[in-house]
Amino acid sequence: MRPTARPSSARAPASLREPRIQPMKPSAMNKRKLKESSAESAENISQVQKILRERFCHHCAAGKLFGMEQQYRHLLELLKRTTVHGESNSALIIGPRGSGKTALLNHVLKDLREMKQVRENLLEVHLNGLLQTNDKVALKEITRQLQLENVVGDKVFGSFAENLAFLLEALRKGDRTSSCPILFVLDEFDLFVHHKNQTLLYNLFDISQSAQTPVTVIGLTCRQDILELLEKRVKSRFSHRQIYLTNSFDFKQYIKIFKKQLSLPDEFPDESFAQKWNNNVQHLSEDKTVQAVLQNLFHHTKDLRSLHLLLMLAGSAVTVHHPLLTAADLQEASRHHSTDSKANIVHGLSVLEICLIIAMKHLNEVYDGEPFNFQMVYNEFQKFIQRKAHSMYNFEKPVVMKAFEHLLQLELVQPLERPSAAVQREANSQSTRPMAYMSILRNASLWKLMAPSSTSGAMYLRVPTCKGTKTPKVVPRVIPSTGTNPACCHIKSLLCPRLNATVVVPALGINLGSFIPQFLNSN
Amino acid sequence: MNTRQQSKLIYSWYGKPLNSDRKLRTSQYTGILITSESTKTEACIQLGDFILVEGVNADQPYVAQLMDLYEDGAQHKRAVVQWFCRLEEIPQNKRKLLKREISAQEVFFDQVLGYDTDIAAETIIKSIMVLPLHLGEELPIITLNREQTFYVRQSWDGKCFKVLSPDTFSKLKEANKKRGVITNSSKAFIPSDILTPVKRETGSVVRSATKSKNPDMEIESKHSTSKSSLAKERHSQRVANNDIKTPTARKKLELNSPTRSKSRLLGCEVLGLLDDDCDSIAPLEPSATKRKVKFPSEILGSPPKIPCSNDKSKSTIETAEERQRFSETMQFSPYTKVKDFSEKDKNLHEKDDILSLVGYQKPSSQIPVLTPRSRRTCAQKTSALIAEQISMLDQEDFQSGSDSSYSSNSEEEEDDDMPCTPEKKPKSSRIFSTPKSSRKSAVHTPAKTPKKTPLQGTPRTPRTPRTPRNATPEIPRRIQAAQEPASVLEEARLRLHVSAIPESLPCREEEFQDIYNFVESKLIDGTGGCMYISGVPGTGKTATVHEVIRCLQQAAENEELPPFQFVEINGMKLTDPHQAYVQILEFLTGQKVTATHAAVLLAKLFSTPGPKRKTTVLIVDELDLLWTRKQNVMYNLFDWPTQKHSKLIILAIANTMDLPERIMMNRVASRLGLTRMSFQPYTYKQLQQIVSSRLKGVKAFEEDAVQLVSRKVAALSGDARRCLDICRRATEICEFARQKRTPEIVRMAHVTEAIDEMFSSPYVNAIRNASLHEQIFLKAILAEFRRAGIEEATVQQIYHHYVALCRVEGLQSPTVSEIMAICSRLGACRLLLVEASNKYLHMRVRLNLSQDDVMYALREE
Repeated sequence: MRPTARPSSARAPASLREPRIQPMKPSAMNKRKLKESSAESAENISQVQKILRERFCHHCAAGKLFGMEQQYRHLLELLKRTTVHGESNSALIIGPRGSGKTALLNHVLKDLREMKQVRENLLEVHLNGLLQTNDKVALKEITRQLQLENVVGDKVFGSFAENLAFLLEALRKGDRTSSCPILFVLDEFDLFVHHKNQTLLYNLFDISQSAQTPVTVIGLTCRQDILELLEKRVKSRFSHRQIYLTNSFDFKQYIKIFKKQLSLPDEFPDESFAQKWNNNVQHLSEDKTVQAVLQNLFHHTKDLRSLHLLLMLAGSAVTVHHPLLTAADLQEASRHHSTDSKANIVHGLSVLEICLIIAMKHLNEVYDGEPFNFQMVYNEFQKFIQRKAHSMYNFEKPVVMKAFEHLLQLELVQPLERPSAAVQREANSQSTRPMAYMSILRNASLWKLMAPSSTSGAMYLRVPTCKGTKTPKVVPRVIPSTGTNPACCHIKSLLCPRLNATVVVPALGINLGSFIPQFLNSN
Repeated sequence: MNTRQQSKLIYSWYGKPLNSDRKLRTSQYTGILITSESTKTEACIQLGDFILVEGVNADQPYVAQLMDLYEDGAQHKRAVVQWFCRLEEIPQNKRKLLKREISAQEVFFDQVLGYDTDIAAETIIKSIMVLPLHLGEELPIITLNREQTFYVRQSWDGKCFKVLSPDTFSKLKEANKKRGVITNSSKAFIPSDILTPVKRETGSVVRSATKSKNPDMEIESKHSTSKSSLAKERHSQRVANNDIKTPTARKKLELNSPTRSKSRLLGCEVLGLLDDDCDSIAPLEPSATKRKVKFPSEILGSPPKIPCSNDKSKSTIETAEERQRFSETMQFSPYTKVKDFSEKDKNLHEKDDILSLVGYQKPSSQIPVLTPRSRRTCAQKTSALIAEQISMLDQEDFQSGSDSSYSSNSEEEEDDDMPCTPEKKPKSSRIFSTPKSSRKSAVHTPAKTPKKTPLQGTPRTPRTPRTPRNATPEIPRRIQAAQEPASVLEEARLRLHVSAIPESLPCREEEFQDIYNFVESKLIDGTGGCMYISGVPGTGKTATVHEVIRCLQQAAENEELPPFQFVEINGMKLTDPHQAYVQILEFLTGQKVTATHAAVLLAKLFSTPGPKRKTTVLIVDELDLLWTRKQNVMYNLFDWPTQKHSKLIILAIANTMDLPERIMMNRVASRLGLTRMSFQPYTYKQLQQIVSSRLKGVKAFEEDAVQLVSRKVAALSGDARRCLDICRRATEICEFARQKRTPEIVRMAHVTEAIDEMFSSPYVNAIRNASLHEQIFLKAILAEFRRAGIEEATVQQIYHHYVALCRVEGLQSPTVSEIMAICSRLGACRLLLVEASNKYLHMRVRLNLSQDDVMYALREE
């Protein structure tokens, strides 16, 4: 779309705004040229973003299928036979999350609907195990989707038993040659397995194995052990047709997928821009750093959804003045992508809280992962304060308690659930210091986090710990931030030898808290 | 329904024994008197009358003509009847022989030999009308009381329909005439709608007892008033005698009474009968309206009758008035004609006949006009007008009308399927019949209308907006015709589908014969029994049993065996074990009731002898799902066949051979008996035979390929379904593989591929296709397991190994979040079993497959 025909009223402000936002624009460019090109690229950019958004966010049939041609043909043939010949069938599509089960099915259904012999000849019933949580709800939904309820007139739908008998009767009446085939799609199939007696599954499979209305049951699940969950009678009635989706591609194909997912289609209005963009994508795919990023992601998961997420993050960096993706964008996105959530939380902690965490860490090492309570942590903290009194303000106990409470709320520390044998021992040892024990109990009940009877004041540290001696250097180097906090430096100098790297792993520093964890940089 | 008022019915002989056989100690009678205790009404049914007889389905009593009445040696009252059958009683497949539409009111003269025509007299409900019609004749238009009248055009002898022989026709006609019914009267005025107190102590009017309420019919009394006084005297004597007998009769009734619907039904039917007997509707208010003074004082002994005597005086006052009114009625009706008939009919029973015609009446505070008594005569005169009003009211107030009518015949409710409380009904009826509310009592009269025999599925009352029972929806038709198989492979696939019904079931001949013999012998003996059939899934249990039933049905059709009903329930298709009752009852009688009620009805059904009872063959599939904690469903199921009259044969199917011993209580297991049969899993030869028998005439498979499949399946499960599924899949693979249009048959390679597809473990493949870090994680798990010696570890422990492994591989070690993501991904696939994720690093992890498998899968790479 060239800007010639475009009414500029809507666009003009945008194009005017752009230069203002970007004051660093080279002054060599004359104003008119700038205006024109920016307007033009703004149009293109919004187009690109729209295309990418649709591609990555909608898991619709429009997306391409990768590496599942065989499964596609199998499923298509199966459904075609159902519709054309009226053959009953049942099949399961099994594959890990994000492996394209729904995409495959949607693809097949879309293609099927376009076929001439099939059109209007297939009733579809879509159920989802997360929505239809029991057979009663599922039956109602089936009746609704088959539009059978209007036959019953204004009668409010009867009991579950009536419903079932009604539906079975309806299905029994049909036969292969005259009734319209019905496709049942059971998403999250594994959840249907937990319904009482597996009544729904038994009946669906039974119909698919008897001379009634032609029915095809397609289940989608990510559980590999799904067949073991079926009751023996249900299992016998299931045809054992399983379509496995495994992300079986290697890295080369992964790169190809990456290129395909990013490149613009031929029908993009501005050909020159599309050309430029596609060249850039080609370029990127050969770039070492990009390949490293992709390799890293590929090693973690072959799931295409996470690739989409990565590209989505990277793609959002594209603006008028940054019209093409760069390797840095991808790197940045990858960094976002792999942030450690707990580390992020630790970033936001105050000095006192960090000190407490370190104290807990000590305790953890001393007692080898045994649960501890607040008093122990407080004592440890006091010891530290006494040794380094000059650098640390001595907080009051209630303040420390407050900080501890905060850590609990952040779920960095988790109250112990059930008094195990070990906890009992702990509790006994606490009985020598009844006051402290009582205060812990009181506080615990105040926080409503622990019930006095079940907690005995013991808690687990929820921050990962490693044995100090063996631990390799796993912390990625963090770019030092600009501001240096003296307190932070202190902590670093004092505690880092003890503090294991795994406590906090701030990879990117998105959520910059009060402290930039320079102290983690050492060791 | 169960809560409905239960009126006790007393059956007593009418008249003296005609002749008695001393040796057999039987005596014959000409009529039977049915007295309802609660409503103080009596009805008399005589030989030749048409009656309704209690049937399996309370909604659909059987229609019959009373041929003989006798008391047998054991003092049981028996009746011999000529059956008529309704359309519903004729097998579905024979109905099309009729080639015409049948109205609900049409019945067939039954000439089927198998039915027992000797029934217990207590099963008689009331009398009705059956009109013979010629084949071409249109049904007379009936607007009211249509359910009281049936038509017969053809006879049914179990095989075909025949036109009524002139002889039968005339006999039927005669029987009707005798009852004083003139069919063609079109009089708008309906005497039956007027309360005509007929009987008095002093000199009651003797009236036609069997008058039809059909509005289109002229209702007529047979007897002249002159005769009446004579008749009355005798009658009162008889009545007295009869009443003395009451206790025994009542006892009998009480035996029946637990089955509430029927006894209730009887009660109301009697009331209906009474209404028939009089020209008017008897208001139901027991005390106020009691005019039943005919009983001598001995009757006073029975408590409910006390009010009669109290009212005596009152009633006598009214006598004259009543009589006057009655004579008017007589004038309205072309009674002379009827009289002629009866005159002609001077048969042996004439006298008794006359006596029987005495109407028992509870008169008349409720004349439709509802005016004070003095106005009654006026009301009579304007009765035609009233009748019109009535019919209008009838429409408007049908509900209240029927309510009040329930008092006289509460069987109405039954077919309405209305859950009515018993206490409520009588109450309401009483209210309605009190003269206080003029409109209601006016309505009361037309309320007679609903006194038709309940017919299934006729939504008559406006308050039953229920779905008609048979409104099962259908799946829409397909728009394009299904393609027929075009190639050999497609043909083969069609035949190999489990749903395809083979001509015969190969390899189950022995089992078939055993089951067949069992059921056949029980059928012939007319007894009941249980058989327990077990076997792993896919061994042809249900198929064999169905095949047996099919053969038996064929035999029954050819009259080699007595006819039987076939009912099937499936534990898996029930939402609750108790629903089994509902389904069985619905199959048997078409009634839809609640589970508890159905249980009661079924128990009654199977424990009492019924006329026209056919043997029932009940298949209980997936028996183990009918298990409840108290096991009452199973207990009942297996208890019924042991009842003397049940004629119930149960074939119970389940998977486990020792189910009776394992889950059943002793009392259940012992009732199930020891007739057991176990279906062994198919051997490979049998499987081979099954496949090849299905493929007969279609050259689609290599011999060896079939054998391979059969051996494979036989080794694994012996499930025929699996075998067929694999073969079917193999044809697909074959079709898929062939590129050119050359005809191809399924070879070993295809079959092998299909088998691999179905039986290969998905785990190994899943692990091989997992991402690198996922594989490392699995390795870390193995390492931790080996270190700790326990097959369970927390993520934290695994993490140490994981980090070490990453260093070995030269990879950047991932963050904890990533580890958790990997762990939950593997957990979602169920390669790992993981705890709830809120434990984070302390989450315990286990492998869902053996360590060897994991190692095997990882080593390959």
